[in-house]
Amino acid sequence: MKKVKTAQELKSLQEEIKNSRDSEKPCITICAGTGCLTHGSQKLVDNFKAEIEKQNLKGKVEIRASGCHGFCERGPLVVINPQNIFYQRVGLDDAEEIIRETVLNEQIIDRLLYIDPVTQEKILHENEIPFYKRQMRLVFGMNGNIDPNSLEDYLSIGGYSALIKVLNGMEPEAVIEEIKTAGLRGRGGGGFSMGLKWEATRKAPGLPKYIICNADEGDPGAYMDRSLLEGNPYSILEGMLIGAYAIGSDTGYIYVRNEYPLAVKNITIAVGKARELGILGKDILGSGFNFDVVIVRGGGAFVCGEETALISSIEGRSGEPRAKYVFPSERGLHNKPTNINNVETWANVPLIINKGAEWYRSIGTENSKGTKIFALVGKINNTGLVEVPMGITLREIVYDIGGGIPKGRKFKAVQVGGPSGGCIPESHLDLPVDFDALSKVGSMMGSGGMIVMDDRTCMVDVALYFLKFLEEESCGKCTPCREGIYQMRLILERITQGKGKEEDIETIEWMGKAIIDGSLCGLGKTAPNPVLTTLRYFRDEYESHIKEKRCPAGVCKALITYTIDPELCTGCTVCAKICPVEAATGEKKEVHTIDQDKCIKCGACFESCKFDAVKVS
Amino acid sequence: MAEMVTVTIDGLKIHAPAGTTILEAATDANIYIPHLCSNEELAPYGACRLCMVEITQGERARLVASCIFEVADGLEVKTNTEQVLDVRRLVIELLLARNNKHPVLLKIADELGVKETRFPVEQKGCILCGQCVRTCREVVGVSAIGFSGRGITRKIATPFMEAPPDCIACGSCVYVCPVQVIPMKEKNGIRTIMKYDYPMQKCRKCGQYFAPKKQLEYFSKITNLPLEHFETCVNCR
Amino acid sequence: MKTRVKKIIDKYHSDKGFLVPILQDVQREYNYLNREALNLVSAFLEVPISQLYELGTFYKAFSLEPRGRHEMKLCTGTACHVRGAPLIKDNIERILQIQAGETTPDLEFTFETVNCLGACALGPILVVDGEYHGNLSISKTNRILKKLGKKVKIDEES
Repeated sequence: MKKVKTAQELKSLQEEIKNSRDSEKPCITICAGTGCLTHGSQKLVDNFKAEIEKQNLKGKVEIRASGCHGFCERGPLVVINPQNIFYQRVGLDDAEEIIRETVLNEQIIDRLLYIDPVTQEKILHENEIPFYKRQMRLVFGMNGNIDPNSLEDYLSIGGYSALIKVLNGMEPEAVIEEIKTAGLRGRGGGGFSMGLKWEATRKAPGLPKYIICNADEGDPGAYMDRSLLEGNPYSILEGMLIGAYAIGSDTGYIYVRNEYPLAVKNITIAVGKARELGILGKDILGSGFNFDVVIVRGGGAFVCGEETALISSIEGRSGEPRAKYVFPSERGLHNKPTNINNVETWANVPLIINKGAEWYRSIGTENSKGTKIFALVGKINNTGLVEVPMGITLREIVYDIGGGIPKGRKFKAVQVGGPSGGCIPESHLDLPVDFDALSKVGSMMGSGGMIVMDDRTCMVDVALYFLKFLEEESCGKCTPCREGIYQMRLILERITQGKGKEEDIETIEWMGKAIIDGSLCGLGKTAPNPVLTTLRYFRDEYESHIKEKRCPAGVCKALITYTIDPELCTGCTVCAKICPVEAATGEKKEVHTIDQDKCIKCGACFESCKFDAVKVS
Repeated sequence: MAEMVTVTIDGLKIHAPAGTTILEAATDANIYIPHLCSNEELAPYGACRLCMVEITQGERARLVASCIFEVADGLEVKTNTEQVLDVRRLVIELLLARNNKHPVLLKIADELGVKETRFPVEQKGCILCGQCVRTCREVVGVSAIGFSGRGITRKIATPFMEAPPDCIACGSCVYVCPVQVIPMKEKNGIRTIMKYDYPMQKCRKCGQYFAPKKQLEYFSKITNLPLEHFETCVNCR
Repeated sequence: MKTRVKKIIDKYHSDKGFLVPILQDVQREYNYLNREALNLVSAFLEVPISQLYELGTFYKAFSLEPRGRHEMKLCTGTACHVRGAPLIKDNIERILQIQAGETTPDLEFTFETVNCLGACALGPILVVDGEYHGNLSISKTNRILKKLGKKVKIDEES
């Protein structure tokens, strides 16, 4: 592509590309986001391409590998246009059939359609599927329409229109006003007003100014940022360009988690192409504005998602946070004014500029505007990434979009906000998704991880899980976090082993408060949240573990026993064969037993028994 | 001349130059705030969290580390609220779980009314205040030792847990450690710090051992003066 | 080795701020943070070796020990945890006789846990040498390990 030197040239290029695209031309989009790649979708993409070659259809049928479509539970996903037919659970060898039947003969392949579990209806189009119907995929929806490595695709859907609008006659202060008015709050967990941050950084004395995109998505169970960066890297670049212009920065950093090689690859390609086009570099679109981006990979440390630790990391040091008595907007990277925002927050910027702050304000609640992308995972039927307007209730997300709990089990709690957040029980399911509403019940919006739990989830075990995670990820600088989380973990471990003491709950509550008050950074300050919220809503479970030495959910190894129900056992010997310590024994066709002295509670027998004869108590 | 500001600490009006930390201002006014990781010679670190105080700026009251937070006009500081004391009590109990022997820690515990730690004691000695590492880096300038690991596995370490190649055996780390857990001894012309030996230099004039050879080599390197220049002890110069 | 390390340093314009990416490249080049390479980086960039040791032991991405021929990464993100990852972890540790984060003495296997691979719909997940294995069960894990040469009992029927 030729370099564009003015806004007009970019606009013309956009038009040219739009006009060159034939919307009637058959286009097969295969989801190649991480979830579907794990299902093997790369092979599917290759098969489609090979079939097109074989049938001499090159140029007549488009094959596009796109980023994540969100419905990870049903991958591999394929969308056929112009009919907008949605195929799910596509087999890796179905390429030939799809081309022959649907593309050439306009026949629907029934077995690949989504069937509504309630009405048993077969659904043809994506937006009619319950999972998608209740969503508002303003930011994430674009993924399905573009190949993340194609700048032309992004331009064809109007990409960089916001940049054109800004550089074509908006003053930096006006841009900041627009973002402030829109009410966009940080999507990484902090929920701070992006507009105010930009303003503070702009006003702070000192040059150069830096902007940073925090793509160190560390919450276990959250992968929204990854899918955005992998599926639509140009939207983030566009957001950063606009932000840099507004703030007066000429250098941006994109800090990507080490564990996301595909995201690094795609953003690197996007940056390269943006430079080629001339929208990164010097004198962008002839406006005199210079900006370029450096991509940095994390080293594998959750704490580096905390902005001051991230800055330390970029400075070549270990991820030790600093006290935020002086904000990074005043003294950040290399002690210069620095603005850090999360991937999703940056991705919202072009939307606001294109459609206006007033439009954005019409979505969401009083204090939480716009949409939020959540990773809906755990004990849920429709696992995937969902984008919903702020204000939608948790119940709607879990049941209407998520399809409820699998295997007919009962909902117990949903963990929102990852290791810094809290669990929310059934009694609060009608809570609106809103920064303040979630904080009020002890949780927080967080980055978007939403983990659903059923009655077979032990809440003490969940609290212990998060403590272990944070213990490993703590940087170790300050005492309350380093030692406090460790000691709290020891206490919870004792409780799950049936060695809990009466005073443990009081101790945990006292420790929790002091750790929140005394820790240096956000990691420590929010570390007690999972423990404190599980205590708040599931105190009886803790008490069962401590007083009765019992795990009601049947999870804590030391408190459960695996036994074989003699009524149900058929003597098939499968459990005996798989038991690693020969605790399960029995003769063929005779009732088997488990020797409790030998049993190591590995769960292999429970998993393998086809007759439900192995019981957990 | 730095601008002076007025802050109130525990009801007492104090004037201090802008840029001073609350801890410094309090210490100058003879108000005691316990602390373990701060040191006048070193940049504020804020790791031990013993020095937490409650401040009020405008309407908001919150807890901050007084060794880092700088005074500002109109700042109101309270050094002994229950909330503050609870943090200190947790911190000292956590530290006692690493070292329940050193008088410095026992004294702070006693002041806070903490008789013993409720946590299981695993004697580690080091309280990870970082003064040794920071001194070696900021004052001595050789960064012979550093931290290793993270979280609860964080330790003061020599590179690869072996003899530190950049150490000049000055002993600053030994002196600065508040709980005196870095061992140093001298015998037969050898200084041993931790478990590493450093031969001492004999004075050219009086023949007494007076400094580690490595330290003199370091001086020679940074001043560009010949080594012989440093091989005489202070008394004989 | 000197030339290879110098090449990496030059790629980042000898900028100390790029220490972490430089070490990542060294790790990729030698399969671990080779000590000689670290000493060279220290000399080239005039950065104390203690700082490099600190970085090498702080970030999980780095290994100061040679890694195994097969890299196994088990996702222990919350979704996978809730779906049974801990039992899979115990199983692998028992079979390989090492703890997560370690390498077997014969340098065949390195087993690690990772926090969220972003494929939660298929949890629990194990990545073996870059290949994703989802919907893990204990039997499935055993089968994978057997294929890689470990002696395990597998459920012949499932």
